[in-house]
Amino acid sequence: MTLATPTASAATQPAWLPLCRLDDLEVERGRAALVDGTQLALFLLRDGGVHAVSNLDPYSGANVISRGIVGSREDAPTVASPMYKQVFDLRTGLCLESHGKEPLHLRVWKVAARDGELLVKWEA
Amino acid sequence: MAGSSERIVVIGAGMVAHRFAESLLSRVEHPLELVIIGEEGLAPYDRVRLTSFFDEGAEALALDPAQVQDDPRVRFVPGDPVRRIDRDEQQVLTVSGERIGYDRLVLATGSYAATLALDGFSLPGCFVYRTLDDVQRLRDFVAHRAAQLGRPLRGTVIGGGLLGLEAAGALQGLGVDATVVQSSERLMSAQLDLAAGAALRRRIEQRGIAVRTQSVTTRLDPDRSGQVAGLEFKDGGYEATDVVVFTVGVRPRDELARKAELDCHPRGGVVIDAGCATSDERILAIGEVASFEGLAVGLVAPGYAMAEVAATRLLGGDAAFPGYDLSTKLKLSGVDVASFGDAFGETPGALDVVYADPVAGVYKKLVLSDDAKTLLGGMLVGDASAYGALRPLVGSALGGDPAAYLMPEGGVEAPVAELPDEAIVCSCSSVTAGRIRSAVHDEGCADADSVRACTKAGATCGSCTVMVKKLVGKELAKSGKVLSNALCEHFDLSRRQLFDAVRVSELDTFSAIIERFGRGRGCDVCKPALASILAVLVGKHVLDGENATLQDTNDHVMANLQKDGTYSVVPRMAGGEVTPEGLIAIGAVAKDYGLYTKITGGQRIDMFGARLEQLPEIWQRLVDAGFESGHAYGKSLRTVKSCVGSTWCRYGVLDSVGMAVRLELRYRGLRAPHKLKVGVSGCARECAEARSKDVGVIATETGWNMYVGGNGGFTPRHAQLLAEGLDDEALIRAIDRYFLYYIRTADRLQRTAPWVEELEGGLDGLREVIFDDALGICADLDAAMDAHVANYEDEWAATLADPAKLRRFQSFVNAPSTPDPSLGYVPERGQVRPASGEERRSGAVLIASTTLEVRR
Ligand code: SRM
Ligand SMILES: Cc1cc2nc3c(=O)[nH]c(=O)nc-3n(C[C@H](O)[C@H](O)[C@H](O)COP(=O)(O)OP(=O)(O)OC[C@H]3O[C@@H](n4cnc5c(N)ncnc54)[C@H](O)[C@@H]3O)c2cc1C
Ligand code: SF4
Ligand code: FES
Repeated sequence: MTLATPTASAATQPAWLPLCRLDDLEVERGRAALVDGTQLALFLLRDGGVHAVSNLDPYSGANVISRGIVGSREDAPTVASPMYKQVFDLRTGLCLESHGKEPLHLRVWKVAARDGELLVKWEA
Repeated sequence: MAGSSERIVVIGAGMVAHRFAESLLSRVEHPLELVIIGEEGLAPYDRVRLTSFFDEGAEALALDPAQVQDDPRVRFVPGDPVRRIDRDEQQVLTVSGERIGYDRLVLATGSYAATLALDGFSLPGCFVYRTLDDVQRLRDFVAHRAAQLGRPLRGTVIGGGLLGLEAAGALQGLGVDATVVQSSERLMSAQLDLAAGAALRRRIEQRGIAVRTQSVTTRLDPDRSGQVAGLEFKDGGYEATDVVVFTVGVRPRDELARKAELDCHPRGGVVIDAGCATSDERILAIGEVASFEGLAVGLVAPGYAMAEVAATRLLGGDAAFPGYDLSTKLKLSGVDVASFGDAFGETPGALDVVYADPVAGVYKKLVLSDDAKTLLGGMLVGDASAYGALRPLVGSALGGDPAAYLMPEGGVEAPVAELPDEAIVCSCSSVTAGRIRSAVHDEGCADADSVRACTKAGATCGSCTVMVKKLVGKELAKSGKVLSNALCEHFDLSRRQLFDAVRVSELDTFSAIIERFGRGRGCDVCKPALASILAVLVGKHVLDGENATLQDTNDHVMANLQKDGTYSVVPRMAGGEVTPEGLIAIGAVAKDYGLYTKITGGQRIDMFGARLEQLPEIWQRLVDAGFESGHAYGKSLRTVKSCVGSTWCRYGVLDSVGMAVRLELRYRGLRAPHKLKVGVSGCARECAEARSKDVGVIATETGWNMYVGGNGGFTPRHAQLLAEGLDDEALIRAIDRYFLYYIRTADRLQRTAPWVEELEGGLDGLREVIFDDALGICADLDAAMDAHVANYEDEWAATLADPAKLRRFQSFVNAPSTPDPSLGYVPERGQVRPASGEERRSGAVLIASTTLEVRR
């Protein structure tokens, strides 16, 4: 299997990178993607929206956000880390429920779809 | 001398000195010099846990050393005792000859262990029990002497107080046949009355420790090699012994203070006032060496309180020592004893309420004020489970019939008394009942979750959550509100109501259910709860269709998430039984994938460090070798533990392994509100520890006894007898109904122990439902269990046969088999473990991936 990893030059300046086909994603369940050694968590929601956030769970230091349960808090689409259950807003990466810990947030990336393909605006 | 910063010198590097230093250093910003001079050549350690040395070694006694020793303001002088205090020069003189000047001096020299001034008290083989050095020498002596004599030793503990009983337990742990000798008529005479002492004596004897009361030792005799060999008593009795431990009390180490002419109490101890000051205002005394209101006390909690007072005073504050709390609990395993408050009823007009069960060796007494309303103290022997609840209530109203607190476990429900505001509810974050009340009343918290967010109560280990919930419920009720039992913001129903709603509506997808009964898109609380309900009612594969999106990662990939994001793999070994071929197959898989392997507490094997994309390959190998999922990840049946039973064991009455295997295969895969565990023992010796399980089955001459509602975990509880003398079929039907009744009616994440406890009608009510069909649901429950058994399939075998399900195990959508590059491991004891943050930063990570070269 070859890696769909962009070249070093692409990584230095923002660029729209193709990551996968939209059908590769499962509704309401995350998948991880690897770009230049950085791990992203991709989520396809029931309304067709797609979100890309950091796969690194800031509370445990493990790359597991893509394996969390997707849901909502009021209007916000969310993911709950499978490790210690902190809940993050998928749109902004903000921590909505820190379970008494210091709030730590997730990085987010912009995404777009073109001809059934998912693109991410990549900044390392 | 001290120059610009004030120099505080502490004599004694024990527990109280350590607490004093911690407290002082954590509060002071301005310059300060702290010199701590210790006699023992060691950093301060946890003397209270001294007995743990025998099982866990000296390291286990460490007292968070970095806090104090690494602080640049601290100079620690170990192994150089102070010989003299020169008050005129404001100096102390150590044995090595060093002179250290002080601005303020703190005496924390503790106590020494007393011996009896008898002939032979210092013969080789005689010990006291106070310091690490004492217990190290005791252990070495016992090992050496037992080898020399070629037989187990006989040991004598002189002194039957708290410490003596602990020492006797330690001797027994070293293989010594121990006798406790007490001069008065009862054990623990400082804490217990005659009746309680008698109950305790039975407990101690049951534990295999002999007790000799009213025996005054008069002489110790050596054998020909000069080592201790026997004791002579005042009544003329004689007993052979190979090792003697004196636990006859402690005496304050006030010798330095006496020489320096500080006021000392005639019975020992440096006299202090409520601010911990001695008769010289530059000198303070704290801990066991201090005598307050004519008393020096050998407990650590008052010492800690003095340490806080002294630190506050030195910083100009005005804290005062409130007096001694003499509450104590015996730490000897298997013997429950506690005494608290005014245990002897010395308050004028005090009333006693006593419960005694001489057969079970239980004695409990509460001391109440003359109007029988206020709790003053008490003693508990044989069952001290109420100690935690009662001790914070001393001085306040009991709230309810005091007798209820004394009934045997599971008898009458004790009234939940009003906790005083200062009672600590969450020990991890030191959150008091008062703080939680104010969160509810002043900060608008309406459930345990918001209280946790506000106060951190329950945010660390979670074990106080039940208490927090109860308290929040009570507080809300006071202001006329009720604690919402809504599942989460998406459903107003409780789990039980939702279960019924789903059953009656026959809806079978999450989207349909949330549309009809809830709102929004769901979350990590309601989704897994509904997945569990649907699993029982509909019984489809956990990864079928929309079901898959409801599952927590453990159920989603059918493995247990570990701290680094890899998973552990646990194949089922029903009843703990495994063939040699099975073991070899597991060994081969673990070896090929470099998995860390250990035996679980549930009698099977766990393999750790499997990456997401490796799970299908690993399971293919396991399934080929005849294994199936062990559901270690599910809120479902975990294991059925067994003992050897009648097939091999000399004492077995019935075939416990056969029954355990049968039960595990029947209930495997059964989803429930929380995990389910079962144990089966082949006779009353109970080697399978069945009574700590949700269902405990114990063989008797007349058939199986069935116990229910046991729990290990944070709130351990013994299962209680539900039915006796059942045959195989009757036992299985009873368990079927019990499990399904629980599954249908319990709260989310409520295990059977609290469920049974809250059941209306208690155990009798449960018997009526299960055996007399009082609710007319037995046929329905039986049919549901039969359907579960008929529809069971191995989740892993089914997943391996379905390519669509296997796609979930790709590591990255754009690199399906690339390992997570962030994983790193280090070797330990011949296996691997995840590297710590420190090891990663220092680059000490030796193995980048757990997959061995062979596999690539
Ligand atoms: C693996 C194992 C430890 C071991 O290496 O021995 C273990 C591991 C975990 N236990 Fe356990 N428990 C294990 C036996 C036990 C036992 C002993 C037993 O089953 O005989 C108990 C006490 C008995 C009981 O359940 O009442 C036990 C009481 C708990 C509890 C407390 C439950 C309670 O009611 O208070 C938790 C916390 C929870 O479930 O909420 C827990 C939770 C956990 C979790 C799930 C914690 C976590 O979220 O990671 C651990 C999963 C690790 C993993 O990946 O497997 N574990 N745990 C044991 C697996 C047994 C097995 O073969 O399936
Ligand atoms: C086996 C055991 C079990 C116990 N269990 C409990 C329990 O369950 N609950 C409870 O509350 N308490 C218990 N205790 C008592 C508890 O350990 C003490 O109350 C506590 O250690 C007192 O602390 P301290 O600092 O006052 O004295 P210590 O811990 O004795 O420290 C005093 C230190 O000062 C040193 N010292 C003395 N003279 C000098 C000098 N001249 N120069 C320099 N250093 C000197 C001593 O060597 C010692 O290290 C137990 C004690 C033992 C031995
Ligand atoms: S006791 Fe259980 S939960 Fe705690 S560390 Fe051990 S395995 Fe993990
Ligand atoms: S006791 Fe409250 S979180 Fe541990």
